[in-house]
Amino acid sequence: MKNIISLSASKIAEEVSSGNLKAEEVVQAHLERIKTEDPKVRAFITVLEENALAAAREIDSKRSHGKKLGKLAGVPVAVKDNILVEGVETTCASKILKGFKAPYDATITQKLKKEDAVIIGKTNLDEFAMGSSNENSAFFKTKNPWNLETVPGGSSGGSAAAVAARMAPLSLASDTGGSIRQPASFCGLVGVKPTYGAVSRYGLIAFASSLDQIGPMARSVEDAALLLSSIAGHDPKDSTSAPQAQNRFSGKPLENVRGLKIGIPREYFAEGLDPEVRKSVWNAVDYLKTLGAEVKDVTLPHTSYAVATYYIIAPSEAASNLARFDGVRYGYRAQNIKSLSELYEKSRGEGFGPEVKRRIMLGTYALSSGYYDAYYNRAQKARTLIARDFENVFKEVDFLATPTAPSVAFKFGEKSADPVAMYLSDIFTIPSNLAGNASLSIPCGLNKDHLPIGLQLIAPAFEDEKLLALAATVEKAVNFPQLN
Amino acid sequence: MTEPFEMVVGLEVHAQLKTETKLFCACPNDGFGAPPNSRVCPVCTGQPGALPVLNRKAVELAFKAALALNGKLAHKSIFARKNYFYPDLPKAYQISQYDEPFCLGGEVLLRLKDGKTKTVQLARIHMEEDAGKLLHAVGSQTLNHSLVDFNRGGVPLIEIVSQPEIFSSEEAYAYLTSLKEILQYAQVSSCDMEKGEMRCDANISLRPKGREKFGTRAEIKNLNSFKNVKDALEYEFLRQSDILSSGGKIIQETRLWNGKETVSMRSKEEAHDYRYFPDPDLVPIDLSPEWIKKLKSEIPELPQARRERFVSEYHLSPYEAEVLTASQAVSDYFIQVLKLPGAQNNAGVLAKLIMNIPDFSPIPEKQMASLTHLCAQKTITLNQAKELYPEIRESKKDPKVLVEEKGLAQVLDEKILRDWVKEALAANPQAISDVKGGKKQAAGALVGAVMKLSKGKANPALVNKLIFEGIDKA
Repeated sequence: MKNIISLSASKIAEEVSSGNLKAEEVVQAHLERIKTEDPKVRAFITVLEENALAAAREIDSKRSHGKKLGKLAGVPVAVKDNILVEGVETTCASKILKGFKAPYDATITQKLKKEDAVIIGKTNLDEFAMGSSNENSAFFKTKNPWNLETVPGGSSGGSAAAVAARMAPLSLASDTGGSIRQPASFCGLVGVKPTYGAVSRYGLIAFASSLDQIGPMARSVEDAALLLSSIAGHDPKDSTSAPQAQNRFSGKPLENVRGLKIGIPREYFAEGLDPEVRKSVWNAVDYLKTLGAEVKDVTLPHTSYAVATYYIIAPSEAASNLARFDGVRYGYRAQNIKSLSELYEKSRGEGFGPEVKRRIMLGTYALSSGYYDAYYNRAQKARTLIARDFENVFKEVDFLATPTAPSVAFKFGEKSADPVAMYLSDIFTIPSNLAGNASLSIPCGLNKDHLPIGLQLIAPAFEDEKLLALAATVEKAVNFPQLN
Repeated sequence: MTEPFEMVVGLEVHAQLKTETKLFCACPNDGFGAPPNSRVCPVCTGQPGALPVLNRKAVELAFKAALALNGKLAHKSIFARKNYFYPDLPKAYQISQYDEPFCLGGEVLLRLKDGKTKTVQLARIHMEEDAGKLLHAVGSQTLNHSLVDFNRGGVPLIEIVSQPEIFSSEEAYAYLTSLKEILQYAQVSSCDMEKGEMRCDANISLRPKGREKFGTRAEIKNLNSFKNVKDALEYEFLRQSDILSSGGKIIQETRLWNGKETVSMRSKEEAHDYRYFPDPDLVPIDLSPEWIKKLKSEIPELPQARRERFVSEYHLSPYEAEVLTASQAVSDYFIQVLKLPGAQNNAGVLAKLIMNIPDFSPIPEKQMASLTHLCAQKTITLNQAKELYPEIRESKKDPKVLVEEKGLAQVLDEKILRDWVKEALAANPQAISDVKGGKKQAAGALVGAVMKLSKGKANPALVNKLIFEGIDKA
């Protein structure tokens, strides 16, 4: 019981609920870990030391008064800094929101509190979740705990690094084009992008509303399922949250794999895929085959349009979503302003970083009159075709198995000069956001440099429970060595 | 002027829906006159992460407006974002509807001064949220900065867009009058212009009379009363016809009415590109036939139908029907009173009674029915009823009792009346000879004398008859 930071979230919740562990001890242990590790890794924008300890003490006192504790009793959770926690600074890793204190709790924040989780800190990200390496944070770069010279992935690099380095057993993140799965892959974690509509977006600072989805990151499928069970479900405050959204996920392996059909979309194994990644992914697939799964070669013919489609739709929505950061009501306001247009131009010009500006310009252009049909409208049509690819393929198979990313974690600076090269690192994760189905990344091995490789599993919409079960089955076989 | 011009006008009317709460959040829709920013929440102030949830009641009211105006409800309609920066617009986009509004078409029947009618077709009706309000002064004190009040932000509106089928300022006025009446009757909007619950923008162009092709139009904004619309259109007609007559060209632009004239606000080149696109935070509105049927059944009788029924069923004159239906409350009251014994079958008397009372405000229906009965029976005259009305209201007594107490009942007994007539004739020999000499109006003085003797209680018609009989005998 001494090595608290190595315990699973499920174990912590169990021990705190039964009184074998105090929530305060759990939080203290993780805070100490943050003190030793975070100066190297830099996962956190804000560490909520006092709040977390106070919350932990309250949980302990609740228990001592004989009250039943929630599903996440005393479990520290690191929260991506684009999710609102009332009274706590929420920055989106942007200068424009530096100092902005959230005026209310996101729905999932409320749910975490209700389940007696302890929010231990707010994690770094690419500014407004736009990026794949964490290099776009306006504040500092988070490093990959597996190798401090490599990126943790993005945009949820902070949430991934925090869990991989055992500064928290669980973290929450958001995934618009792979922002949970790709960093999970780079940091050797389980990262789930639930079905669109499964988790409320109320209180998540929107990047691209039709693509954003909140999900868990954890060191095991069981823990990811536990966190997802705590945050999922219909929310009347979010019109796009699904009435049929479930909130019970066991994360237990499938009892029987025999007869299960796994599709291998050939477009995801094309040129440019790192051979070690390919090999590792196939090893996992072969394992499922030995258990009796049927593995099928399938095609998603519109895959090659996914990145282009995404880079029209996401920036279009982002340009509109980010327009509210205008210096009028909150956030950064430029000084010595003489006119209204100057207020807008300077506040936004000084407040946003280059990648955010690039996407705002892309999106503004795509929606402009005269260009709308050629860009936005066409992209919507392509999106429909991409979604239809999945619908068709899921008539043939139960799941798809692919690499999460074309490579393992790359070095800082390797792609940051070339936005398109950076965009392509999300090539395998983007289609699932466009289609709105369920997908996750699970570690399936290490390369020769001891860097994690991620396997992506994709299921039809609202088959999140089955998807987690399949992941748990793979997890057992892979026996991935977590970082010490 | 070389050739006579005709104005072609299309009106865009914003009406505030009468809901309890705002369009996309639970803030109360009662911010008018409330302390600034006292009706706000994360949603209607555009806080990061906040999301809109559509108010079902607002949709129902909007649908009722469409049904009342004979519009065609779309099977599916969607919300779009209209993107532009302004400090009163907290999200920097307005949630509105663009290419898939909830209603296409519709019509408004205009009643013109000469008794003619005309139907103006609607292009569309869509739903949208209101913006906040900027303040540049507090009381008489101007500020070196601006303040913003979001109480109005997110309040539900419908925008009703007419076809360019309005050809005079009088028609524009009549259009607005009818539209307001229908929206009020359908309980969709209170349309109180002073509170900004109904606002109007006008598109106006000129063309030589008889020509089909439209001219270049100007859009006039900030028209917050019917009179403003009329005045601004008349002003703009003169401005444009001066330009055209002297060989100039109208530029397409947005102009502002300042109470005296229209002034240029921005030209077409400076117009915003709103970058409309479907709002990804909201789902399409799907309608079911049952829902529409239910809403239809909830719409009260509309003013035109009511006017027609008042004429055909109650045999009121078109003028009476018009006056009574000008207010839904008054015409509802009229209908209710008519159901009571005493008033039944006396619709004409009740109508005259209501119209005869200045600044009519109702007394309990039972009292009104009793008063109607007294007038219908000629126990008292309409003028007596009018004079008695304030007392009925205050005393809350049955008018019949009050009339008895005050001894107001008309004297119909010919024996008593003849005595008064005799007395009047004796005192006015000159009047008798005048009447005999052909000046019949001289009888008026005699009637007046009798009325004075009777303290106003003599029945004037009977008195008139008896006076002529008396003169014949004299």
